[in-house]
Amino acid sequence: MSSTVALLLCGPAALLATAILAAAVSRLAAATRLVYGAALVISATLLAIVASHLAGNPGAVSATTLPLGLPFTGARFRLDGLSAFFLVVVNLGGGITSLYGLGYGRHEPAPHRVLPFYPAFLAGMNLVVLADDAFSFLLSWEFMSLASWALVMAHHRDEANRRAGTIYLVMASFGTLALLLAFGTLAGPAGTYAFDAMRTAHPGRFAAGAVLVLMLLGAGSKAGLVPLHAWLPLAHPAAPSHVSALMSGIMTKVAVYGFIRVVFDLLGEPAWWSGIAVLLIGGVTAVLGILHALMEKDLKRLLAYSTIENIGVIFASLGLALAFKANAMPSAAALAFTAALFHVLNHSFFKSLLFFGAGAVLTAAGERDMEKLGGLIHRLPVTSFVFLVGCVSISALPPFNGFASEWLIFQAILRSPELPQWGLKVIVPAVGGMLALSAALAAACFVKAFGITFLGRARSAVAERAREVDRWSLAAMAVLAAFCLIAGILPGLVIDGLSPVTLSLIGDRMPVQMAEPWLSIVPIAESRSSYNGLLVFVFIAVSASLAAFFIHRFASHALRRGIAWGCGFDEAVPAAQYTAVSFAQPIRRVFGGFAFRARETVEMPAPGALEPARLKVDMHDPAWEIFYQPITGAIDFATERLNHLQFLTIRRYLTLVFVYLVILLLVLALWP
Amino acid sequence: MNGLTFDIAHLLAGSLVLISFMMLYQDRLFALINVFALHAVVLALSVAWQAYIQDAHHLYITAGIALVFKAIVIPVGLHRIIQRLGIHRDIETAVGIGPTMLAGIGLVTLSMVLMLRVTPEADPLAREDLAFALSIILLGLLVMVTRRNAVSQVVGFMSLENGLVLAATGAKGMPLVVEISVAFSILIAFIVIGVFLFRIRERFDSVDVGALDDYRGERR
Repeated sequence: MSSTVALLLCGPAALLATAILAAAVSRLAAATRLVYGAALVISATLLAIVASHLAGNPGAVSATTLPLGLPFTGARFRLDGLSAFFLVVVNLGGGITSLYGLGYGRHEPAPHRVLPFYPAFLAGMNLVVLADDAFSFLLSWEFMSLASWALVMAHHRDEANRRAGTIYLVMASFGTLALLLAFGTLAGPAGTYAFDAMRTAHPGRFAAGAVLVLMLLGAGSKAGLVPLHAWLPLAHPAAPSHVSALMSGIMTKVAVYGFIRVVFDLLGEPAWWSGIAVLLIGGVTAVLGILHALMEKDLKRLLAYSTIENIGVIFASLGLALAFKANAMPSAAALAFTAALFHVLNHSFFKSLLFFGAGAVLTAAGERDMEKLGGLIHRLPVTSFVFLVGCVSISALPPFNGFASEWLIFQAILRSPELPQWGLKVIVPAVGGMLALSAALAAACFVKAFGITFLGRARSAVAERAREVDRWSLAAMAVLAAFCLIAGILPGLVIDGLSPVTLSLIGDRMPVQMAEPWLSIVPIAESRSSYNGLLVFVFIAVSASLAAFFIHRFASHALRRGIAWGCGFDEAVPAAQYTAVSFAQPIRRVFGGFAFRARETVEMPAPGALEPARLKVDMHDPAWEIFYQPITGAIDFATERLNHLQFLTIRRYLTLVFVYLVILLLVLALWP
Repeated sequence: MNGLTFDIAHLLAGSLVLISFMMLYQDRLFALINVFALHAVVLALSVAWQAYIQDAHHLYITAGIALVFKAIVIPVGLHRIIQRLGIHRDIETAVGIGPTMLAGIGLVTLSMVLMLRVTPEADPLAREDLAFALSIILLGLLVMVTRRNAVSQVVGFMSLENGLVLAATGAKGMPLVVEISVAFSILIAFIVIGVFLFRIRERFDSVDVGALDDYRGERR
């Protein structure tokens, strides 16, 4: 059964070939269409191969070894349930992003900085998911990081982008270092770098704890866990919008894959306290991520912060699965694990959709700052509709997909009283509270994102002149919106599709959902809880149509334009509307003190003076000051010192080598 | 193994180390090359003696290669290069002779201590040979490090290689392929470096590698 994975490996190879071709032809006018078209076809093909594999025998494992890489290990690749699921996420997202890129890429001012790296980035993500030994995994991981770094640096003339690129590079190296140490610990003194060997070797308690912490650092820094998140809202928005969608929607999921692969698959049986660490970090990440998002007025940065929140939700759910698994409660663990994977899929849908929408707004109005947008619903009706679908989905409102997965997570949290340890009994409901808070704040955040950007009146001339974007972009967004709806009203389909993964990693699965009458989903037993997305959808559709019908039937047909969000000021200038900052003010007052050390200062003019009063808000990210500045400062210091080594004389280089050799020999001679 | 064969092997390897020391304090290029030629002759003798006592006839070929190329062809070639470049009057040590000799003594001590520690089970002859070979390698590196002139760095590099050949022949059963490939790689390196010397000379009017640094705008 090595044929499937060999076939799948042709995909990354074809993507790499496309990347090389793109580097050669990227200055031609047709290059954009060629590269994105090729990426679309390759992603669709990979998706078809995985789909046929899953349709045939979803639990089957297919592995192959290429004669590359480390001696005695080779480059191993393997397709099992988990990698098949993540391949679906990567290639579905990659394909739709390529579709979007067909239209969006035409507005790119420097295509030769984007086109060669885009297929390489896709190839890197595919290879990470397929890799079956530590060497190939780390190589593909670094390749993915570097390709995405090059994409972040696409618009490198902007000082802010250069800074984002540098910080991203530093954090990516830090993460890989942690992963390297984690795999080194797993490989043990024998140095068995194949995943097969790691699976059978069971590390001791201390080593397992070290691997968990290192994975939280390594995969967590790429995924954006607090406090390692600070690079993410800088780097993700700096890339072109479709790449932002890939990084936020897909690459963070590849990081989640890395975490699951090591912690659930290679590490063996978890200790009960390992769940606590993951749960707590996940909960804190969710709340802080969405609070940051609420404070943002840059649309793409808001979306990047919201990615952090969703990653927090996913990790909290994974932590729950760990806790249940450690306590031999497989059905509950399967529920939490399925919920996490379902949320992975959902987030890849709606976050890509929202970034595409932000890209469309950027194309149409040339502006990311929400304070300069507004009223776009009249100029971009289709974009605003699909963006609304994305906002509703990410706010976890039924009947869309966000609700289904978050509901499953809360169902899993409700099983926590059955856990034996008191620590878990106390912490799981607390984390549940954090998740509930973050869900509510997410809804507020996306009311703000949609309301300020699309509703009200235009706050700037560019927003007033905005034009609807091209058909490729609209098609890509419409497809994603449809996926959000379908996954929302038919969640049973996805849950059943995930059962081979949970069976192989947890040893149990959720009850078969498609057998339930009327397409309901039942996480545990019907007597406890059930949810029917289709029914909710039909109810909402019918009641909304009835309401619309009665209003239009009994009220006036005439279109009336009043002043939206007038705040009591008739005939006001657009600047007097609600702004993003003013919308977030109540929440900033409540949480800002401890989460951001926010300070507000009011400068009142002297009595009789004519200048306006000014309100200044000062906010800091504590993670930035506590974790990032020391790390980047130390690295800057070291590189500044080491830079001199680049300009030595030849004789000094020889001396350096000689001195190191002598020191090594001395160590060997004096070693006891 | 009787005492005499051991003593002769020991004597030859020891004199190689001694000649390496002699290289350290030569501050004229011609003298340095002459000492290198002597080094190669003693190496050839040592290898031939190993061939005799190990009864390994292929080592005579290695000895011949050492004698012909390293003791005759390369020194003559280097003499010519120096004459054509007109640098035979240059005096060019970067570090004083006293400290260099002291460092050399330290290196020989280090390699003795190290080798005698890590190879307690080996054949005593091979053991001594390896210790001497490591000393020669380290001394060759020291020559390279303490010289400014590209020609003397080449000489240091080749004396280092002599140490490798000594190590390779000291152990029984080393196939001839290794020595031939090593010898030829050195010959090639010599040719390449010779070409480079002329290039450097054409460009900068000097074979002092410091000129390269001046060209890069660096200060020393």
